[in-house]
Amino acid sequence: MIPSYREWKEALEMRQGREDTARFAEATVAICGLGGLGSMIAVLLARAGVGRLLLIDFDRVELTNLHRQQYKASQCGRFKTEALCENIREIAPYTELIPRTVRITPSNVLTLLRESQIVCEALDNPNAKAMLAERVLVELPDVYLVASSGMAGMGEADAIHTRRLSDRFWLCGDGESDVAEEGSLVASRVAVCAAHQAHAVLRILTRRFETEGKKEET
Amino acid sequence: MVRINGKELPVDGSTLADYLAGAGYDTQRLAVERNGEIVQKEAYAQTVLTDGDSIEIVRFVGGG
Repeated sequence: MIPSYREWKEALEMRQGREDTARFAEATVAICGLGGLGSMIAVLLARAGVGRLLLIDFDRVELTNLHRQQYKASQCGRFKTEALCENIREIAPYTELIPRTVRITPSNVLTLLRESQIVCEALDNPNAKAMLAERVLVELPDVYLVASSGMAGMGEADAIHTRRLSDRFWLCGDGESDVAEEGSLVASRVAVCAAHQAHAVLRILTRRFETEGKKEET
Repeated sequence: MVRINGKELPVDGSTLADYLAGAGYDTQRLAVERNGEIVQKEAYAQTVLTDGDSIEIVRFVGGG
């Protein structure tokens, strides 16, 4: 039996408080890249009751994704957008999901992302990550950006942290560990970074950062 | 003096492009903020670092 919307909302309020739950429900968050970071961020935000999620990725589920991404073995070969929508609908049926199966380029950033309050950069290619960060900050003056850099390898979980770099720009990761050098991506460490990003999103939505000052390190 | 990623450096007068090249950065992987505002890549060569500037250089590495 799937719970009714009302039961769902009451359960969220019991655990998260009424005020924060209402802010999550009103929000639209875009997730750019649905790999180890993005698929996990999406699941966490849907569980928290975020109202609308824009899920963007051009790629398909592969066998080498399954150790750290929120897909099932039976979904190999499917578009990540479609597979993740299916999985999230089972987890959190009242989050509105908007899948976009496209590659993000400098020319479609504005049209893809302008209706979002917060954009999560969860891509894997460093040039694409830098491009997206720059275009969001230049072209979308009212949007918050939560980006990521450095979560590869077997380093300490604690090396991954969240930093607010300016009014609209948060960065999660250790800033250093590149998959090209480390040679591995490990589920637990990628999940730590994804949880940092999802938590930064929720704290932005609850306006926690406004009362705690700007250059905080969390 | 210019504050770059928290360190005071005597690089006022040079352009952002020259500083980044001298420090060995691959600019394709960077996002740079100057006094809290993003600097577009096309503007790196024209951006002259001035005394009191605060620069944040974000270096993106692969993985996600």
